[in-house]
Amino acid sequence: MPELTYREAVRDAIGAAMRADDDVFIMGEDIAEMGGSMGVTQGLLDEFGPERVRNTPISEMAIVGAGIGAAMAGMRPIVEIMYEDFLTLSLEQIVNQAAKHRYMSGGQVKVPLTIRTQGGAGWSPGAQHAQQLEAWLVHIPGLKVVFPSTPADVRGLLWSAIYDDNPTVFFEHRLLYPVKGEVPEQLEPIPLGKARVLREGTDVTVIATGPLVHRSLDAAKAADEEGISVEVVDPRTLQPLDEETLVASVKKTNRAVVAHEAVTRMGFGAEVAAVLQHEAFDWLDAPIERVGAKFAPLAFAPVMEQYVVPHAEDVLAAIRRTVGT
Amino acid sequence: MAKVEKTREATGETLREFLRDMLLIRRFEEKVEERFRAGELPGFLHVAIGQEAVAVGVCQAMDDGDIFASTHRAHGHTLARGTHPNAVMAELYGKVEGCCHGYGGSMHLYDVERGNYGANAVIGGGLPAVTGAGLAFKLRDEPRVAVAFFGDGATNIGTFHESLNLAQLWKTKTVFVCENNHWAESTPGWQHSPVWDDMSKRALAYDMRSLKVDGQDVQAVYEAALEALDFARSGEGPMFLDVETYRMHGHYIGDPQVYRTREDRDDAARHDPINRLRERLGLGDDEFGALDDEAQRAVEEALEFAQNATDPQPDDALKNVYA
Repeated sequence: MPELTYREAVRDAIGAAMRADDDVFIMGEDIAEMGGSMGVTQGLLDEFGPERVRNTPISEMAIVGAGIGAAMAGMRPIVEIMYEDFLTLSLEQIVNQAAKHRYMSGGQVKVPLTIRTQGGAGWSPGAQHAQQLEAWLVHIPGLKVVFPSTPADVRGLLWSAIYDDNPTVFFEHRLLYPVKGEVPEQLEPIPLGKARVLREGTDVTVIATGPLVHRSLDAAKAADEEGISVEVVDPRTLQPLDEETLVASVKKTNRAVVAHEAVTRMGFGAEVAAVLQHEAFDWLDAPIERVGAKFAPLAFAPVMEQYVVPHAEDVLAAIRRTVGT
Repeated sequence: MAKVEKTREATGETLREFLRDMLLIRRFEEKVEERFRAGELPGFLHVAIGQEAVAVGVCQAMDDGDIFASTHRAHGHTLARGTHPNAVMAELYGKVEGCCHGYGGSMHLYDVERGNYGANAVIGGGLPAVTGAGLAFKLRDEPRVAVAFFGDGATNIGTFHESLNLAQLWKTKTVFVCENNHWAESTPGWQHSPVWDDMSKRALAYDMRSLKVDGQDVQAVYEAALEALDFARSGEGPMFLDVETYRMHGHYIGDPQVYRTREDRDDAARHDPINRLRERLGLGDDEFGALDDEAQRAVEEALEFAQNATDPQPDDALKNVYA
């Protein structure tokens, strides 16, 4: 199987969809000549031209809103919000418009819009360029939310998001862009709403998203050396959530850790924990552990930033707590 | 609504059809105001009594494939574009037979078959989508135009500025119709905008072509709208219509309008677009009365239809969340 970086995998999915369908186009800030602030869209302008790879003004409301209108008019736009912190500027359009048009119209319209964005700690960009805000979006009926962690997943899931008839917010993580991984020879769509078991184990299930998937795999290796067998599951799609796979895993291992980079409090992991305690209460041998960022904005100074966000050691500590060691 | 054969100048029979449409909207809104006060209608209700010429003039100038987005004051646009009054009334009653099957209501009227891509209850909320639809028509080389209705109050919100900038920058097939009634809810134009008496300055700031239109003159609105739609359809760029109009009633039904002087309300009443058109057509009491009766009958029929329509099942609330 060929290898791609996560960045190349995103680009590959966009290019493939644009080649397959004239109704797919992409717009966002600095995505054309510059190739995007993260270099994801490099080369797309040369292949598809400025009509379909559109640099926009710094206008997040209009970027998302124009995507909504083009989608309602029958196209399949992809819009890029440069940093997920800037989703806040377009939130009215995402929450009140994209998520509601189908519903308010009584099913007359659809909004096949993909909103790509990226974020995450690790570069010390400070409090306005590193947040993880997926919990805000999973709370809104009408939206789908995807957060892939590997090159293969990001390629197959982005394709499915583009061809889904609903507005989808697609989270990418900055630190994952250079990560390499094997991908199928041909792009294979991965259905939204399907979790993936990345590592099988028998003692504890770690349910992780984004970069915490990789940190949890590291923690699982370390736990293995201590004689603890860890299963790692990535939901991949946060809305709709593949509860079945998560619950089945916990029923097998009887213990659960939920891990994400976003702030722990009121985070996506809280919902996962609620689902698990309700659906697998009698199977649980220990309280569900949560791993996430401490309750503070992300500071500029690297030592403070790294103190706030969770690491493999934090996941390992949570795993140990569940087995009582 | 009657389908009007489009000519550059609306005269004679065409204007008479416009009067029919305006009377239907007026009587429809008077009726829903009455039923709302009687406690029959759920939710919030905003009427556009006094602004009928804008709705009819613009909507009659549109072509079949054209689309529009409206505001919380949407009954007129929806009726003027041809949605049956029964379907609009049933929607206001929250019934299955309504044009959104009870999911939308007065502030969220849609009728996609007739190009109504949604009334929006967030001020300025629909403007970016209209820009995007106009972009799609341009990218796909379709001879269609997307029209945005909004009030003067919307010209202060970010979506307005971002949309005008983007539309002009990309020369989208979009027409922006500012229904300038000089009121943002209870706040008068002079309190909310430095250019309240000339909104075309807003368009000028984005290098967008604009026309100033007397919104109480349906013929003037129709002709200006045709010009704007033609221009946008050609792909040369969007256009802005600064339509001066009058809101004869309050912001919402039940609004005591404590913020408004008697003189201002009387002034609005003197600018009734229906009286003006009637005078232009030289209609006597009999002729006008006959047209009015026709409108009232249609409204009574719509009311009866809606009052006897079907309530949704409670768990229908879980449908249409996703496509």
